[in-house]
Amino acid sequence: MSSGASSDASSLANPRELDLGLPVSYLAEGRTVASWLFTTDHKRIAILYALSITFFFFVGGAAATLVRLELFTPQGDLVGADTYNKLFSLHGIVMVWFFLIPSIPTTMGNFLLPLMIGARDLAFPKLNLISWYLNMAGGLLTLAAVLAGGIDTGWTFYVPYSTVFSNTFVTLAVLGVFVSGFSTIATGVNFIATVHYLRAPGMTWFRLPLFVWSMYTTSLIFVLATPVLALTLLLVIAERTFDLPIFDPARGGDPILFQHLFWFYSHPAVYIMILPAMGVISEVITCYARRRIFGYSFMVYALVAIAVIGFFTWGHHMFTSGMSPLAALVFSFLSFIVAVPSAIKVFNWTATLYRGQIGFESPMLYALGFLGLFTMGGLTGLFLASVPIDVHVQDTYFVVAHFHYIMVGASVSAYFAGLHFWWPKVTGRMYPESWARFAAILMFFGFNLTFFPQFIAGYLGMPRRYHVYPPEFQVWNVLSSSGAAVLAVAYLMPLGYLTWSLFFGSRAVNDPWNASGLEWRTTSPPPRQNFFGHPQVIARPYDYHPEASPPAEDRRISEQGALT
Amino acid sequence: MSAGGDTLARTAERHLREPWDELGLQGPPAFAYQRAGATFGIWIFIASEVLFFGALFLLYTAMRLEHAADFAAAARETNIVYGTLNTVLLLTSGLFAAIASQAAEREGLRRLTLWCLTITVLLGLAFMVVKGLEYHEDFEKNLVPGAHFALERPATQLFFGFYWLSTALHAVHLSIGIGLVLRLIWKEWRAPGFLFESPQVEVAMLYWGFVDMIWIFLYPMLYLDGRSG
Amino acid sequence: MFESLIPSFLRPEAASVQAAKVDAIFIGLLLISSAIVLLVVGLVVTFSIRFRRGSPAKRGELPNIVSREFEIGWTAATLFVFVFIFWWATSIEITAYSPPKNAIEIHVVGKQWMWKTQGPSGAREINELHVPVGAPVRLLLTSQDVIHSFYVPAFRLKRDALPYQQTEAWFEATKIGTYHLLCTEYCGTDHSRMLGRVIVMEPQDYALWLTKQPERDGLAELGERLFSERGCSGCHNAGSKVHAPSLAGIWGQSVPLEGGRTATVDEAYIRDSILQPERDVVAGYEPIMPSYEGKLSDGEIQSLVTYIRHGTDRFDLIGSLNLSPAQNICAPGETPQDAQPNQTLRSPAMVPGAPGSGRAQP
Repeated sequence: MSSGASSDASSLANPRELDLGLPVSYLAEGRTVASWLFTTDHKRIAILYALSITFFFFVGGAAATLVRLELFTPQGDLVGADTYNKLFSLHGIVMVWFFLIPSIPTTMGNFLLPLMIGARDLAFPKLNLISWYLNMAGGLLTLAAVLAGGIDTGWTFYVPYSTVFSNTFVTLAVLGVFVSGFSTIATGVNFIATVHYLRAPGMTWFRLPLFVWSMYTTSLIFVLATPVLALTLLLVIAERTFDLPIFDPARGGDPILFQHLFWFYSHPAVYIMILPAMGVISEVITCYARRRIFGYSFMVYALVAIAVIGFFTWGHHMFTSGMSPLAALVFSFLSFIVAVPSAIKVFNWTATLYRGQIGFESPMLYALGFLGLFTMGGLTGLFLASVPIDVHVQDTYFVVAHFHYIMVGASVSAYFAGLHFWWPKVTGRMYPESWARFAAILMFFGFNLTFFPQFIAGYLGMPRRYHVYPPEFQVWNVLSSSGAAVLAVAYLMPLGYLTWSLFFGSRAVNDPWNASGLEWRTTSPPPRQNFFGHPQVIARPYDYHPEASPPAEDRRISEQGALT
Repeated sequence: MSAGGDTLARTAERHLREPWDELGLQGPPAFAYQRAGATFGIWIFIASEVLFFGALFLLYTAMRLEHAADFAAAARETNIVYGTLNTVLLLTSGLFAAIASQAAEREGLRRLTLWCLTITVLLGLAFMVVKGLEYHEDFEKNLVPGAHFALERPATQLFFGFYWLSTALHAVHLSIGIGLVLRLIWKEWRAPGFLFESPQVEVAMLYWGFVDMIWIFLYPMLYLDGRSG
Repeated sequence: MFESLIPSFLRPEAASVQAAKVDAIFIGLLLISSAIVLLVVGLVVTFSIRFRRGSPAKRGELPNIVSREFEIGWTAATLFVFVFIFWWATSIEITAYSPPKNAIEIHVVGKQWMWKTQGPSGAREINELHVPVGAPVRLLLTSQDVIHSFYVPAFRLKRDALPYQQTEAWFEATKIGTYHLLCTEYCGTDHSRMLGRVIVMEPQDYALWLTKQPERDGLAELGERLFSERGCSGCHNAGSKVHAPSLAGIWGQSVPLEGGRTATVDEAYIRDSILQPERDVVAGYEPIMPSYEGKLSDGEIQSLVTYIRHGTDRFDLIGSLNLSPAQNICAPGETPQDAQPNQTLRSPAMVPGAPGSGRAQP
């Protein structure tokens, strides 16, 4: 971003130096457990979040592995029907609410938002800590429901199944999601106030890095959509616990109303998962292409447009539930419109590569993978926005494949891109690059092998959430399950080599990628107060110059200079 | 520097927290900036709450459109005396909350601030007591949805489902408000001068005002529907 | 028009008027999407190679005006393409929205976990639906418990069945054969076994099939009378105050018992339950039922078993939909109440691995 110059340039960390002799990093400031559990440092809270979502990612992943194993054959030979239903519900609930929604915002957002705008911390540091505790409380309540015997409603909790018919621990699990919703709202309020009030001098709105813009728009959705989910879940709890008739059709209630309220949150929730990913990708692509982002202002408008229009497209989840043709038409139209800003972003990222000086380090490999997978996921979204096709493929594996392309193919790729990109900044260590590249490539192929066959199975008519299935779909499921095995290995690899790097990785310099963002203008890892002195911003973000000579091959040694 | 300015500087010092203390601003300006940030934060949170209750009101609208007659019949069963009394109590408490918020920003009005906060809390508690009496009466009249529900028409259960849910949610919000104000009073009692210029007063009072607002919507929905004409 | 572009094993069977239209849009969209994917991937790969680090390609600033024109250009282009697809898809949807006036009306009720259908002549079926080829069929759907979704892939037809509400859909089959009928709205334990088949017949075969629907069984009649006379219905009817399991539609299901066991409801199980009710108590219920040992003759027990097997299914399809009598079309000499539920409670055809399963042979 900015050329990072400061009013007091000598007090800033010099990116050429190793961080020897500088104030202690946030990691070294206090080594007791209490110093972590009661910290108000946004960087430490980000680490706490990273630990908890990693845990939930592997819980959800384990459930997915069992689901894919079961689907290897058409018969139900690994687990029973009820167990299968609990497994896919567990996978969905944990992955959506305790991994994907908090993933990028609470880890990279928490860590980087203040750094990128030149602030010392978030606006309300205590609130930030409280939101981690709320998130953990919610997660543990849901896990308690799983340990008590599980929940079999699917992540959508559709009534009247969840309120009247399910005999599983729905109340506990729903309560967990409800509690974690407060955490989300708190994070949203915090981010919005931070962006409004704590930008460094000179950091105008249109000098914000796109990652900050993506956090800002995501926070808007956090704050405005999550309460609707909270109320909806509360109604489910009230109906189950106190027998209040709200959605029960036998007593005059309307189950379709639940779906409207649920999707009013859960469709914007899809953008909660993808907007931060777009922010990460914008940072990574510009850095490795050594170019300013193509069409910065259009990228900003696109983020805002997606966040706003995304609130009005929820009805496309309900085309088959008997809505009026006029409503279907309006929702279909808006769903096509919301795809336009996404398309603009894809074109702009592609155009950013033009005349670049492109390097293929692992974050860039993830980012390029994101570009392909997001394009696929987005375009299949058009199929689902067209009413006649949606009627055919709704609730089939076509839909499953579509949203996994967006939520796993795109969001998780972006998560890994960001994780590798900022790993040196966060931990002060370099990871083994060749392992990282191998994992990135493996993940891309594993992902496509897992989910592309599901498009075909879905179009051929295989419904989702099927424990046993007609045998003619077996070939696609075998392909998908084999892909899942590859994918599982690819997800486990970073866990291994990143952990290894914490102890044995070489020391990272302050700016190993020669990136231009303000977050690189401090030590790796940064000190508690983030910066030395008060940063001042004097230039637009993404101040890269592709004409300059290519940076040195080995980024661990400190001889290359900043190109700013 | 005048004595007043001095006090202000000291207040600022006392209330200034991280990360607002390291913005490169000194004393009062930094503090004013922190205040603005806190107020902004609570407004964002209130926006979130509006969506929460907005969803609830949408639910009511949808259900009432479908079962207008039953809803009117059910609303006639609520106790309008308690409901109106509560409206008066809560709106009056809102007045005192607003006075407290303004008084806390001026020097020398410590007693007025404390009194207004106390009256606000008492009115809030009175609201809860009346609500309790009303709940008790509703229990006696078998107005709880379920097997022994008093009314015949099917969707009246739906109305009372909404009634219990919305009033309980409002009561939870009000209890949080009471807790916030009690905390302010306690802090002032422990450390005199705490309330003066504290951003927490305005934040708590804005929240109190929001809870009032919700009741202004709930009152006609629960008590006036079906009684007109 | 472009059907030949897709190899046959990737194409789902198309057996309705709607299917052809949906496939046309699908293929059109597929072509547009493939073009966009190829464009993006092509550009990314080209740029990646040409502008790789250290390559001799020309680099430098783009004039600002160019970038703005590009932005506006591709915004307009995508908007145009997307709105065009919307218009195309919607126009097809709208023209096909209302069923023709002369459509055959079929009532469909979903329940955990089976489909019950009733044709215009009152012929009831379970997990099966016989329809004539070339005639429009209008479905009126509802559900007895949770939300289900009626899905026939070969017809590109899907509609949710909602409890206490009625939804509609229609299709016109174009090919005779047997097609999957699936539930696609998750509805509990046996969601994936809530399968059936739609059998499309020549009109004359369909007429013949209608006349062959069996008469009501005398044994079940007797069982029904015993069921209320001996007080079974006092506890086991749906509206009863006593906490006893409902017996409707439990034949062939597996039920959870106290102590974590399960039992399949068959003749032996029902017989045991009547004579030794405390032995296999269904999970979640108290052992309050008295034994009928010595109070019922063997013949009477057999009648009761037959009734529970075929006859408890008293849920009135037409009545449940709350329709006016005029819509209640019956064949001469038959009323809907006379019609008897099909003998096959669970269609074996769709259970995976069962012989003869699956779609019509091509």
